[in-house]
Amino acid sequence: MPVWAFVIIGIVVVLLLWFVFIFNGLVRLRNQVKNAWAQIDVQLKRRHDLIPNLVQTVQGYMQYERATLEAVTKARNVAQQAVGQGVGAQAKAEGELSGALTRLLAVVERYPDLKANQNFLALQEQLTSTENKISFSRQFYNDSVLNYNNKTQMFPSNIVAGMTGFKQGEFFKVEEAAEREVPKVSFEQPKP
Amino acid sequence: MILVAAMGILLLLIGYGLGLAFGSGIAGLVIALVVWAIMNLIAYFQGDSILLSMSKAIKIGPDDHPRLYNVVEEMKIASGLPKMPDVYIIDDPALNAFATGRDPSKASVAITSGLLEKLNRDELEGVIGHEMSHIKNRDVLLMSLCSVILGTIVILAWYGSRALIFSGGGSRRSSKGGGQGQLIIFAVAIILMILAPIIAQLIYFAISRKREYLADASSALYTRYPEGLASALEKIGTSTYQLKTANDATAPMYIANPYRKQGRAAADLSSTHPPLSERIRILRAMAGGASYADYDNAYQQVHKGGATIMPAAALAGAGAVGLRAAAPEAALKEPEPTRVERTRQVGDLLWQKSGYKIIDCECGTRLKVPSNIGKATVKCPHCGRTHNV
Repeated sequence: MPVWAFVIIGIVVVLLLWFVFIFNGLVRLRNQVKNAWAQIDVQLKRRHDLIPNLVQTVQGYMQYERATLEAVTKARNVAQQAVGQGVGAQAKAEGELSGALTRLLAVVERYPDLKANQNFLALQEQLTSTENKISFSRQFYNDSVLNYNNKTQMFPSNIVAGMTGFKQGEFFKVEEAAEREVPKVSFEQPKP
Repeated sequence: MILVAAMGILLLLIGYGLGLAFGSGIAGLVIALVVWAIMNLIAYFQGDSILLSMSKAIKIGPDDHPRLYNVVEEMKIASGLPKMPDVYIIDDPALNAFATGRDPSKASVAITSGLLEKLNRDELEGVIGHEMSHIKNRDVLLMSLCSVILGTIVILAWYGSRALIFSGGGSRRSSKGGGQGQLIIFAVAIILMILAPIIAQLIYFAISRKREYLADASSALYTRYPEGLASALEKIGTSTYQLKTANDATAPMYIANPYRKQGRAAADLSSTHPPLSERIRILRAMAGGASYADYDNAYQQVHKGGATIMPAAALAGAGAVGLRAAAPEAALKEPEPTRVERTRQVGDLLWQKSGYKIIDCECGTRLKVPSNIGKATVKCPHCGRTHNV
């Protein structure tokens, strides 16, 4: 066979390999986005599970704060039910829960006995850590979406993305009415 | 990557040069590659357990030290590692931490008890973030690859030079050229033999320093709070303890150069880490954001216009990344345990892990009773009450 035929075959093979390489990269990034989204749910669930324990520990010390405690329990139940009802509903419920928790922990400041209790301190460490994990998993999700979007939009991988139907990812934004003017993304409601 | 390629080329050159001096360039090349492959296999299968047992590391679980375990878990989420690494505490008052693991799914992180006692939560996050990024960026794999290349170069150079010297020049049967050509090749081979190990070592240290900058930048990116790592490095810098169990093999994986007190100047070309003061200044100059590009800008700012330090892959396609809000919501933050409380926590954990039994007396004293005490009761040294062991 003449040389130019080999050259053409070689080019075709290289193009195919390049295509496969980029396609696999896009698949990997998209799966990372999906996985990161699932991680957020894991951390949110962990917070739900911590709350009954928290209320139990705190109840004995804070007899006059029944209203605050009940608000927390109620918000937690609402948040648990919002799981699987769509991002908007879930985000709103989680935001309410964060607000209720913040108010509860602000009240705890007035009870030095409680603050010295080992169980409570351990719980507070778990709560702080869970809040951090929620925000880190949200952060990682957004970073994954950014990487994925970059890959689908930048040349030359956008060619492959267009041909095989990779869609843009959505960033996880929580917008509370009172916080729209604040540039940072956060679950917490402003303190009353 | 260029540096790693340079080391690889040096290795191939020395193999070829040796081969030429003995008659066949290609044969020398092949032998060099075979030696390299064997050393790689040995290094790969040695495992991390040797490294960890060399450092007297104690493995901890989620209940042993919740704060440390939680911080590691938070950084695992922020960096996107597939699996939670094993967490170890090293019983040593020196301030240092390290990470090991050729694969992100089989990794370990270790921190000294001295450092664990001294840092608050933000600083601990910065340090652990730095260590985890070594795992995420596969620095451990890279550095062990490079040290194998370096080792191969050194071995080849050593044996090659011995062989050349002792074989004289007489017994070579070569059909090409005359005596002149042979002599030149001989001379070049000798020079390579002497220079290659030195050059390779310098390259190795340069690679190590570059990866340290990348790890600092990654930590800032994960935590969105470079000040945490900066103030942790500051505390490490002012310590005077010498880490007992560090050696040349493990030095690159520690967060601060464990040899800095022994007089190896940090600004030395032979240092595995960039100077602490410089790292702190770069982190504190990151006012614009927490991305790799921001770290790069800060680096150039501190060096008044140096070359870019971040690898091209890290800079490509990243967006703007904001810094964390300066004042975290106070209500949900745990009251930071004091230095004394932290020391007590870590101390108690280490006693427990060494097999001591912990008995709380009513007067507030915590008795630590060794397992081989042989008596049925002990008396509290402060108040005199007896306790059953």
